[in-house]
Amino acid sequence: MQRHLEQDLDGLKSAIIRMASSVEQAVGDSLVGLTEPRPERVQSVFQLEDRINAFEVEIDDLVVDLLALRQPVAADLRMILAALKINNDLERIGDHAVNIAESARSLRRDPPPSFPHELRRMAEAAQTMLRDAVDGFVHNAPSLCGEVLRHDDVVDDLNRTVVRHLADLIRRDPEGLEPALQLMRVSRNLERIADHATNIAEEVIFMADARVVKHGAEHDMRGEGSEPRIALPRKK
Amino acid sequence: MRLRIVAGDWPAALFTGVASAATVSMLLVVSLLLLKGGWGTLSLEFLIAAPKNGMTEGGVFPAIVGTVLLVLVMSLVAVPLGTATAFYLHEYTGLHSRRVEMFRFVIRALAGIPAIVFGLFGLAFFVNFMGGNLDVLGGLEQGPRWGQPNLLWAGMTMALLTLPVVIVTVEESLSAVPREARETSFALGASKLATLRSVVLPQALPGILTAAILAVSRGAGEVAPIMFTGAAYYVPEIPGALTDQFMELGYHLYVMATQSTDVQATAGIQHATAFLLLVLTGALNLSAVLLRARIRARRWR
Amino acid sequence: MTPPGRVHPKIITEDLSVSFGETEALRGVSLRIPGNRVTVLIGPSGCGKTTLLRSLNRLNELTPGAHRTGRILIDGVEIHGPEVDPTELRRRVGMIFQKSNPFPQSIYENVAYGPRLNGVRSRAQLDEVIESSLRVVGLWDEVRGHLRSSALALSGGQQQRLCIARALAVGPEVLLMDEPATALDPAATGRIEDLIYELKSSVTIVMVTHNLQQAARVSDVTAFLYRGRLVEADLTRTMFTSPRMPETEGYITGRFG
Repeated sequence: MQRHLEQDLDGLKSAIIRMASSVEQAVGDSLVGLTEPRPERVQSVFQLEDRINAFEVEIDDLVVDLLALRQPVAADLRMILAALKINNDLERIGDHAVNIAESARSLRRDPPPSFPHELRRMAEAAQTMLRDAVDGFVHNAPSLCGEVLRHDDVVDDLNRTVVRHLADLIRRDPEGLEPALQLMRVSRNLERIADHATNIAEEVIFMADARVVKHGAEHDMRGEGSEPRIALPRKK
Repeated sequence: MRLRIVAGDWPAALFTGVASAATVSMLLVVSLLLLKGGWGTLSLEFLIAAPKNGMTEGGVFPAIVGTVLLVLVMSLVAVPLGTATAFYLHEYTGLHSRRVEMFRFVIRALAGIPAIVFGLFGLAFFVNFMGGNLDVLGGLEQGPRWGQPNLLWAGMTMALLTLPVVIVTVEESLSAVPREARETSFALGASKLATLRSVVLPQALPGILTAAILAVSRGAGEVAPIMFTGAAYYVPEIPGALTDQFMELGYHLYVMATQSTDVQATAGIQHATAFLLLVLTGALNLSAVLLRARIRARRWR
Repeated sequence: MTPPGRVHPKIITEDLSVSFGETEALRGVSLRIPGNRVTVLIGPSGCGKTTLLRSLNRLNELTPGAHRTGRILIDGVEIHGPEVDPTELRRRVGMIFQKSNPFPQSIYENVAYGPRLNGVRSRAQLDEVIESSLRVVGLWDEVRGHLRSSALALSGGQQQRLCIARALAVGPEVLLMDEPATALDPAATGRIEDLIYELKSSVTIVMVTHNLQQAARVSDVTAFLYRGRLVEADLTRTMFTSPRMPETEGYITGRFG
């Protein structure tokens, strides 16, 4: 009985890992397609999208099975719940990669005068955040995720800068509206990817440490802090 | 469910069936032989009249009464004493303590003593020692009262004989009362005494009655222990007090068979007496069994 | 509901150790059991949870060779103190056993046993106690018509509820339950669990079970024992989502025991 649980949990974990790998690849391909003339990369993003969606369905199924049939508790339960949420975040990231890919196509046809350098920094940051969060999950290492949370603010700032910048550009040069809008779209989607990567990091921290660190506040699930202990201290 | 005897089963079935049949038929044969020999003698008069004419005529009524009284006295002594002992051994001592082992040894030894030895012991201890001393206390002017064979001493001697059986049987029935029943009673806040009285004793009651049945079976049949302690050959009046001697069917039979002046004439009476003894033992057993069944049934209402 | 850890402890064990002859069953167990809550004792076979339970009503003393060190306090009073009468203690601390064991008597007699021990003689009073006890366990409507019939004719689940009624009739403050639903089917188990939930507002419940889902469903506080030691005790919610000790984690996820 116990072996099956282990196998199922491993299966769930590896499904997440494979999905994350596809998602990372999609994000990478979409960003490459943005800056270089590589239409085949852009095309691959759309193909990966199908695979990512299939993963999402498969992982949801695995989670339902585990919850209904195995009554998991403690660390097992936390891993499964984390996997469920990470599944969702990864699928969204995939969607955002698709959006970036579409913008890449559009920008190929109608290029902008220049690429804001913030975008490159945002792209690097988003990809790093995603990779670190997923690594954190793979190795059950919440320490990797600490950085991710901090980077999110940086990316948010960058997004605001880019949008402001592009807004100015549009006002000065109305002809360049379309490309500017596309660039804004890219920036927004990168910011969303960073957000989702942050969510993944928060889930990993919950999974590993039973700490809920959402929305800026922290809440330790292990008992209420000032509770009198149920067990008396052991005499040494 | 009746299982059909499968091919390979038949030797076992045959063997056990034959053994059972042999046992039952032995009883039947004895009963029939006795019946045949005593048929002419058995009559209402036989049952309710006293012996006449040197035991060659009349009935055995006093012996019947004596036998019943003997069994009664014996049971009244053996069953409570044996039950109390069993309770002590089972409920109040540790399971394998030295004391318990000693007790068990003594009980086993007691069970192995031949009946005649009990008879002699009864004579020496109950009749002479205890009876004699009671007489001394009571004053010898009235002549020996306790210091001779009587119903009481015979009954107590028999009780001693059957005591091991009673103890062992009651102890077994106490073991059959599940440990949880006692624990539950304690857990409800009952003292040990209350638990024994209200929980253990009622559940052990069928076992106690079984012990009584077994004691009765032995008591009605033994002759050697009562020969010197209370039974007499010719006491036509029914015993009116514990100090009286009494006639007893088994003893009567023995004396008639061995010492009668005219064995041929009493042959019919002997057969009839033996058959009567069989019937009486059976009836005593049966009544105890019925009583036990009634108690069991009442529980399941 | 006030969190169980904040409730005043009804029972406290301090460094409790129990051994039977050479075998150590409990070692240095220090535990606080909150009042009017359900505390469950879990652990693999032989971990000492039943021994701990039976220490709380001094039932272990009936086993020859039992030896105890350490203290147990109920409402601050040491239960092994010289002024404490064990039979009186057992009226305040009742016990339900694993296999239901009604006395082979009528339903009425079973429930009346305890009150009669306490000196309740009047028929009216007995009737009242019996009715209310049977109502609490949800048996009244089922048996009111045949209180004089044998308790052994009831189903397993009914018998167990009868045993609970029997224990409640004495008016205990604490109820110790040793795997009360182990021998029952799921429907009967569910009724017992519902009953436990209702009872805890009036009685402190300490329960042993080897069914972890039941422990999670029913209890407020969970204590995990292993090889005679108390490994960890905490709110049930915490024990089942993020226990501190790896042994606890291993046991409740089913990786051993």
